[in-house]
Amino acid sequence: MGHALTTEQAAARTLFYQADEHDHEAGGSTLLGFWIYLMSDCLVFAVLFATYGVVGGNYAAGPGPKDLFDLSLVALNTTMLLLSSMTYGFAMLSSYRNKVAATQAWLVVTGLFGAAFLAIELYEFAHMIHEGATPQRSAFLSAFFTLVGTHGLHVTFGIVWLITLLVQIGKHGLNRANARRLACLSLFWHFLDVIWIGVFTFVYLMGMLR
Amino acid sequence: MSTHAQGHEGGTHGHEEGLIHGDGPHGTLKDYLTGFILSVILTAIPFWLVMGDVSWSNQTIAFVIVAFAAVQMVVHMVYFLHMTPKSEDGWTLTSLVFTLILVVITLAGSLWVMYHMDSNMMPRHEASQPL
Repeated sequence: MGHALTTEQAAARTLFYQADEHDHEAGGSTLLGFWIYLMSDCLVFAVLFATYGVVGGNYAAGPGPKDLFDLSLVALNTTMLLLSSMTYGFAMLSSYRNKVAATQAWLVVTGLFGAAFLAIELYEFAHMIHEGATPQRSAFLSAFFTLVGTHGLHVTFGIVWLITLLVQIGKHGLNRANARRLACLSLFWHFLDVIWIGVFTFVYLMGMLR
Repeated sequence: MSTHAQGHEGGTHGHEEGLIHGDGPHGTLKDYLTGFILSVILTAIPFWLVMGDVSWSNQTIAFVIVAFAAVQMVVHMVYFLHMTPKSEDGWTLTSLVFTLILVVITLAGSLWVMYHMDSNMMPRHEASQPL
């Protein structure tokens, strides 16, 4: 039994690691985990952008960006999303000061801007489909609807999450769990705005330059 | 920008209060307003370049608006997402850099390969020609 050490002997050894697990609070690594999810989501969008980049010029004798896109509508949409990003920031600032009502109010404003963004996007899609520019029409349109639609779907789920969080905050206030959820949704919301920069630049603006 | 992030090696929990207010680094009102104003400028110029009557070549405009997009993405990262090299002990930045490498490989690789496939393999014909 040569290798059985007494506690004193064990203590005499130099420890190169912490013997006791220092306690991690519940949800302490949630934000980093959520960030890594967002990075994987980033890869989803990268693939959709790559697809659009490859087939975005294949109109199959159908309508191209210049026939379909209305840049003033896109500018309006960009404004909506940018404003919603800022108002979400205001919601975060209110939550740091434990102002529940102000946090909820800013979240509602954020949700309304998000809904306005979606409404404008759906109007654009409906208009295009009405003119015959459906996703089936050409490779360009398939890639366009997949890329922009996936972003819109993310915004939709962001709004669903936002409403859920409003209910949670209404019931339990700004407790630790809700503050964490608020911070995660903040990452999600700002991330969607970052993706939108890529969409309006590569799809809409550069589409008009073709 | 104020970061409340503390090294985990600290062990003792001075960040008890910080956790209630969310774990991540905090932005200030000034951060959000600066980010918003910069974003408005960085969005308005590309739209104006494309919508207005600018006498530059399309290639120049494309180059400039991509540059503006890249700068605006960084602005969002800094002022809205409050990323610093130190947040989460550097892991957010590490994962971001790794992701960016993959994104660049995916985008540049796809475009490069498919462009050459196109020019080497496809018979050149006008898409508008009747079949």
